[in-house]
Amino acid sequence: MELFNLGIRSIFIDNMVFAYFLGMCSFLAVSKKVSTALGLGAAVIFVLTVTVPVNWLLNEFVLKEGALTWVNAELASIDLTFLRFIMFIAIIAAMVQLVEMVVEKFAPALYGALGIFLPLIAVNCAILGGSLFMAQRDYTLAESAVYGFGSGTGFFLAIVALAAIREKLKYSHVPNGLKGLGITMLLTGLMGIAFMSFMGIDL
Amino acid sequence: MSAETVEKAIEKKPSEALLSKRRKKLISDPLVDDNPITIQVLGICSALAVTTQMKPTLVMAISVIFVVVMANLTISLLRNTIPSRVRIIVQLAVVATLVTLVSEILRAFAYDMYKELSVFVGLIITNCIVMGRLEAFALGNKPYDSILDGFGSALGYSWIILTVAFFRELWGSGSVFGIPVFDYVSGIFGDDFSLATNGLMVSPVGAFIILGLIIWVQRTKTGYVEH
Repeated sequence: MELFNLGIRSIFIDNMVFAYFLGMCSFLAVSKKVSTALGLGAAVIFVLTVTVPVNWLLNEFVLKEGALTWVNAELASIDLTFLRFIMFIAIIAAMVQLVEMVVEKFAPALYGALGIFLPLIAVNCAILGGSLFMAQRDYTLAESAVYGFGSGTGFFLAIVALAAIREKLKYSHVPNGLKGLGITMLLTGLMGIAFMSFMGIDL
Repeated sequence: MSAETVEKAIEKKPSEALLSKRRKKLISDPLVDDNPITIQVLGICSALAVTTQMKPTLVMAISVIFVVVMANLTISLLRNTIPSRVRIIVQLAVVATLVTLVSEILRAFAYDMYKELSVFVGLIITNCIVMGRLEAFALGNKPYDSILDGFGSALGYSWIILTVAFFRELWGSGSVFGIPVFDYVSGIFGDDFSLATNGLMVSPVGAFIILGLIIWVQRTKTGYVEH
């Protein structure tokens, strides 16, 4: 039940885009068409669900203070937390590469659909942000898997919703200076207000 | 710093002035006409997350300037030795090292600020401005030019996030840099002039709307239209 609550929280209340502004670059750049938004959203869910638990293992068994005791009791005083950024980003880049190769081999159709989005994801802030939040909030392994999946789903919902609105927006008269990015920011703000209504839900 | 840059310019390009017209353009272009946030749509994530108050925004701006300039310099120096197939990993490693440095410095000398910025210092790694400048400029240009280019882009980023933070703090908390402006106003003019703060500005929604409006004003001024 705890896990279910965490999942709901990370999808709606702590939404990556509307509550923490993560993954905004691709959120704004790849939301012109629903079909591409679906592809990117699916890739983000996939990669977050894989990288957050893997980074949890890395954090728990290598980086945390005293994490290396399983190797040798003398290593208990070692604290490698400062290596977090560089290790997390390395794991993410490696996992993305790996996921790309596996998907290409075993699911060519999915690979075709995800296309160029997979490599781009390595530099998506939502992915690194997911891992950093996981480390900061001391999740367990199961929690971090749920959190990764949940926040990925939150991003998926947000980007698909925005893409759908922007497709319709093509037919409206937007002032010149507001075209493109400007109106998209205002739209995102309005969607954020809608998502704020979930905040009252106490799980 | 000036002594160092003078020396560099002399040994690299004796024929070109230290701040020639072309080099001035490298700095001034990203400020308005080619602004990384409002025109190129890069680095929005951190631009919005830290801007509820001026102080953390200033720290963030300084950190980004440092990281972009140093990363540009490093990659530019290494540009002929990096195989293009692994360049993303090399760039990430350089940027992650610089960000770790910034984060450790903050943790040592400004722990409160470190706590307040939390994961967003780490997220400078994935700030698209950094990677974008490395890809688009530092990989093909000389070190001194790359420093100027990085500095210009980071400055363009900084003034936008400081503007967003100014309005969000003023309207959301009634203060500027922690100075309670609204309280002074009502102190001078009496309680009839007590100004109410708008909670929406402190929430993420305020950031989106303020930034959208800034983009509108700026693009109307420059006449840039996106199709």
